[in-house]
Amino acid sequence: MECVLLRPVPEPPRTTHTIEFPYTRTLGPVIGPFLTGLRDQRILGARTPNGGVLVPPLEWDPATGEAIEPDLVEVGPGGTVETWAWVTQPSRKHPLDHPFAFALIRLDGASTGLLHAVDAGSMDQMRTGMRVTARWKDERIGHMTDVVFVPEAAA
Amino acid sequence: MLDVAIVGYAQSPSWRNAELTEPQFLFPVISEAIERAGIERRDIGFTCAGSCDYLSGQTFAFVSNLEAVGAWPPISESHVEMDGAWALYEAWVRLQHGDIDLALAFGSGKSSPGRLDEVFSLQLDPYTLTPLGADPVSLAALQARAMLDKGTITERDMAEIAARSRQSAADNPHAQIRSSPDADALLQEPYLTAPLRRHDLPPVSDGACAVVLATADRARATCERPAWIRGIDHRVEPHQPGMRDLTESISTRQAAKHAGVDDAPVDVAELCATFTHQERLLREAMGLDDTVRVNPSGGPLAANPVMAVGLARIAEAARAISEGGAGRAVAHATSGQCLQQNLVCVLEGA
Repeated sequence: MECVLLRPVPEPPRTTHTIEFPYTRTLGPVIGPFLTGLRDQRILGARTPNGGVLVPPLEWDPATGEAIEPDLVEVGPGGTVETWAWVTQPSRKHPLDHPFAFALIRLDGASTGLLHAVDAGSMDQMRTGMRVTARWKDERIGHMTDVVFVPEAAA
Repeated sequence: MLDVAIVGYAQSPSWRNAELTEPQFLFPVISEAIERAGIERRDIGFTCAGSCDYLSGQTFAFVSNLEAVGAWPPISESHVEMDGAWALYEAWVRLQHGDIDLALAFGSGKSSPGRLDEVFSLQLDPYTLTPLGADPVSLAALQARAMLDKGTITERDMAEIAARSRQSAADNPHAQIRSSPDADALLQEPYLTAPLRRHDLPPVSDGACAVVLATADRARATCERPAWIRGIDHRVEPHQPGMRDLTESISTRQAAKHAGVDDAPVDVAELCATFTHQERLLREAMGLDDTVRVNPSGGPLAANPVMAVGLARIAEAARAISEGGAGRAVAHATSGQCLQQNLVCVLEGA
């Protein structure tokens, strides 16, 4: 029979790995200006050949799949809530740490709904068709969360 | 097109938190599907798997699932980072080449270990949607609200769909939730992400499903009543949720049309309605009236093994034909947020 000697195991060694992607990248001719626009407190949409304005802007027309020549126009900052969902328990990845609404917001001048957060305080402040407007962060970095939306009445 | 039929299928139970690893619970499922098909493992000419490495958090996690297939001597195989229903589609395409007569498709996933809202947020546009932490439940809630506002469904309808689905699963040994209070009781519950309540959501499930496909001669030789694939098609809609009509499922309608759903009456439909309101959308998109038995298995609201749940709809539809006496069945699978991409498969007994 084989004999196994049991000994106390020392504390296992610990190693810290830091994973990095040490390169920069460009976001291209449409998403790049869109996110830079957020930094500068401007929301940009892309004009499509049939006269619509896509927000967020895309490099192609989702209706036809055809490439769109970048023709960016400013929309908002006000808009109308098309549909909404009340988030009772925000996750650590959500843009707000207290209950809020996700909404599809048709910004003034746009022909599509932008998904974003509405900081409305409570669910009874939300309704489809309500007016909302942009509330900008003081420190903006060119990111979707540079802005959230609030009821126009509260702005 | 060559005639192809489903000649074998198997599913694991649906577990809230499986102690087994994915290859461990896949192995008996694949073995059972092969045994029920009455074939030898070595006769399979092509194998295709559907799974999601993001669920296990490991790159190339899908490779270890091949342990459950047996890949020595070397086999011809492929993988889709999608539900197993799309693996079946690839296997069906492969059989159209005509040089092999048997193929295996399977799907598997363990949803339980991770934070699903964060994992599924990663399938979205990385610049405009993922940074908001947009999660499947919130996006589904936007869709439900749009339907409620339009008047195409009520919260009571949604509760009734939940109750009926879960009660239908009473006799389904693979299901996870097999009973439900009635709609009145469900409507007393608070909102989770309004307008959705807990019962509007699927359970969190771990599980697997496998299906064996055969070309005509082989199918007739090995199976008493094969389920013939008479049509299969999948279509996709724009990614941004604000750039399509959430109150309709145009891609389902297109896929159903190309798969030939309305060529003849349908006895049974197995729909991948992961949220209650989506069952209504899918029924309307496919033109299924009240005579069609929808989700007699209980559907995804009773068991939602992600990456296998769509293939399980096809397996249940095949079972309705091979064992349940149905003449014609429709199976549906979906991918992406708010029914962005949809697959429709029409099965017939003769």
